Amino acid sequence: MSATAVDLTTAHGSGTTGHEQPPHSGGHHTSMGIDSRKIGMWVFLASDCMFFGSLIATYLIYRGRAEELFLSGQGKGPLPNEILDIPYTSISAFVLLMSSLTMVLALSSVQKGNVRGTRIWLLCTALLGSIFLGGQYFEFTSFHHEGLGLTTNMFGSTFFTLTGFHGFHVTLGVIMLLSLVVLSFRGGVTQGDAINVEIIGLYWHFVDIVWIIIFTLVYLIPYKDVPTEGAETSMRFLHSLGVM
Amino acid sequence: MASIAQPATYGATGVSNQSGLWSWLTTIDHKRIGVLYGVSALLFFLGGGLEALIIRLQLSSPNNDVVSASRYNELFTMHGTTMIFLGVMPLSSAFFNFLVPLQIGARDVAFPRLNSFSFWTFLVGGIVLNMSWFFNEAPNQGWYGYAPITEKAWNPGRHVDFWILGLQILGVASVAAGINFIVTIFNMRAPGMTMMRMPIFTWSTLIVQILIVMAFPAITIALVLLSLDRYVGTGFYRIAAGGDPLLWQHLFWVFGHPEVYILILPAFGIVSEIIPTFSRKPLFGYSVMVYAIAAIGFLGFGVWVHHMFTTGLGPTANAVFAGSTMLIAIPTGVKIFNWIGTMVKGSLKFTTPMLFAVGLVSQFTIGGLSGVMHASPPIDTHHNDTYFVIAHFHYVLFGGSIFGLLAGAYYWFPKMTGRMMDEKLGKINFWTTFAGFNLTFFPMHFLGVAGMPRRYYTYGSGSGWSFWNAFVTLGAMFLAGSILLFVYNLARSLKHGEIAGNNPWDAPTLEWAIPSPPPPYNFAQLPLVGRRDPIWWDKYDKNTGHSHAGDPQDLSQVNEVVGHIHMPNNSIYPLITAIGIFIAACGLLFNDPRITIGLLHLPILCALGLITMVAAIYGWAFEPASDPEPAHNEPGHHTEGAH
Repeated sequence: MSATAVDLTTAHGSGTTGHEQPPHSGGHHTSMGIDSRKIGMWVFLASDCMFFGSLIATYLIYRGRAEELFLSGQGKGPLPNEILDIPYTSISAFVLLMSSLTMVLALSSVQKGNVRGTRIWLLCTALLGSIFLGGQYFEFTSFHHEGLGLTTNMFGSTFFTLTGFHGFHVTLGVIMLLSLVVLSFRGGVTQGDAINVEIIGLYWHFVDIVWIIIFTLVYLIPYKDVPTEGAETSMRFLHSLGVM
Repeated sequence: MASIAQPATYGATGVSNQSGLWSWLTTIDHKRIGVLYGVSALLFFLGGGLEALIIRLQLSSPNNDVVSASRYNELFTMHGTTMIFLGVMPLSSAFFNFLVPLQIGARDVAFPRLNSFSFWTFLVGGIVLNMSWFFNEAPNQGWYGYAPITEKAWNPGRHVDFWILGLQILGVASVAAGINFIVTIFNMRAPGMTMMRMPIFTWSTLIVQILIVMAFPAITIALVLLSLDRYVGTGFYRIAAGGDPLLWQHLFWVFGHPEVYILILPAFGIVSEIIPTFSRKPLFGYSVMVYAIAAIGFLGFGVWVHHMFTTGLGPTANAVFAGSTMLIAIPTGVKIFNWIGTMVKGSLKFTTPMLFAVGLVSQFTIGGLSGVMHASPPIDTHHNDTYFVIAHFHYVLFGGSIFGLLAGAYYWFPKMTGRMMDEKLGKINFWTTFAGFNLTFFPMHFLGVAGMPRRYYTYGSGSGWSFWNAFVTLGAMFLAGSILLFVYNLARSLKHGEIAGNNPWDAPTLEWAIPSPPPPYNFAQLPLVGRRDPIWWDKYDKNTGHSHAGDPQDLSQVNEVVGHIHMPNNSIYPLITAIGIFIAACGLLFNDPRITIGLLHLPILCALGLITMVAAIYGWAFEPASDPEPAHNEPGHHTEGAH
């Protein structure tokens, strides 16, 4: 930091050594040479890790409870192993991951001053996010038709809370992306405002990464195979004998 | 909003202080927000004190019936909740807000409008919590709200709902402020103000804010799950549905133990400023102090099970958490020795702030020692849910936090108002508080060991607890009197206090280099910091031959206005956003009438509140943070984000 004098005109204007500052936002002196909003977003994401962490912990603690209650004859299905559709959700997970790519392209465009390209890639990202949300909506309604609601069993409660909380994050992200597109028509997304795209990009990538974790924990790791339907009666019979 | 936003440009000709109600509602000045926090928190604190006095009246004699058992439940719940979330936390916020930008040499916090939002949202949270009294449905489940007593089946009515909503809203306010202050301290420091030159109060603020943003999510999620149990009928905490009440305890204390440090570390920071000033020497072991605060913050996340020793988690879990709890005594002890080391061979001046600071060192140590006792599971099992625990945590929260906050009030009142608080009344205030505090809380140790359980609304005459209970009640009255004396001293000094001047205590940190009260822009020119304790360096050390090339020049320039200082505009949107939150919360509490928008079947008030919030957030995001930039540089302009 070029700390030369207690001078009004340099106190905030200097200190940008080794750091290219865009002319508008972030053009002011900061101690770390990074735009405050960007650090703010990182801190928020750290906090958000704890939000998801608490929900994921809850999910893991209660994993298998629905099966236990079902086997003991007190709980209800549907259970995860008969209702989760891994191929279907893999496709929507792929769509969401691809939206990270379009987000990167949007940032790259805005940094090059390509407003039109920025708009297109932002819209693409919002569109892919919306496809993911549509997929989640369809998944939730089909679960609902198969009899799994928020209060059906512990699987329903933890599943809908965790994935719903994530879906809420994606929704907020889509709203922010669309707001950026609107802002771009008001001349608010120029090269100098690349930081806005970058910050929302940080959020967007975070939400994607969290989905990889949720997808692995909720969908990919196999659940206890509890035979339902025909085998149900004999299973409960065995359980009542203390065999299982 | 051009007609509302006052252009705030300060020229060399003088300071145009804004005044009037509107300027307070729209203020984004960290100093005014600090004052708003201080005044509202003081009012809540007096309310919480009143609740405590009614509790003490009820317990003053056996088989008493000043209040009913159910009212008693409400009183102790609201006393705890109020003192923690509406008393100590926002009183600390008052100091963070007022002081941190001054101590690091900044014009304001990183996001001034977000700061205003934090305050108004805090106020909304406090109002939602206390609104419950008017519906005769105050929270009644204890401040840590254990499941399953909070479940709809065992707690019908809206008692718990008021509590959930109030805490959620306060959580939003705290996390927003946490992000704001972390960024401020990382990124808004004056040139030369490296991390290891920051005053200890700023350090303790930084650690506290990190604790807040990392710990509050756990209680937010715990409360979300509880709301789902109550509003939707899930069974997260109901055994019959496969849930587990212990999940609540884990989530709550993962938040709750860091919360303890959120309450005490600001007070530690305050006394770490006061003791060097009145010992006339720099803080002993500055860097060790910094590491100790950080270590306390870090270890604070790994000890929550010591609140759950009696829940049967087994000897392994208990042993591990007993160990980690005992570890915390090490950095805490380090701090105590640092304070003592600072005083050793100092020329001590026992002013009122110093008395309260030394009071903290002695009284907190008593609470700390009984805390180490409870790190041992067998002793904890014996004391669990007795008055011994009440005695313990009042020694750390009153003898620690409140003593520290009172010390801070006496120390920085001159900076905040330009006038000194009355020293004579102050000293009386200290000794009455000290005596009243010990008369009230020390006998609780005896009551606890004699087996008196907490939260029982009365006791039999043959219990043997009558004498000490009557004694404690008298002590509490005495203590209340000394708090009123403090309020009187505040009010009186505001008008009649001696004029303070820039640096009445000859203190070393940057906030004392500027006028009292500081101008809206704080520093006319940002200081260039070359040392810790820059004022002492400037005044005493630099002409003694220890000067090096590149050392900072004198600090007097920070008050010389050159050219124009351009500050961000006031904004009404943070207040409107907070009002939106309030309306939405009312919707959840008063369920009818309802409205259907698409898939959502919402109470009308919820919909209204959400619309208000979204509209205000958009207004906020698209509102220019300041007037169009003049041609020259403008140091005071901080860019803001909508987050």
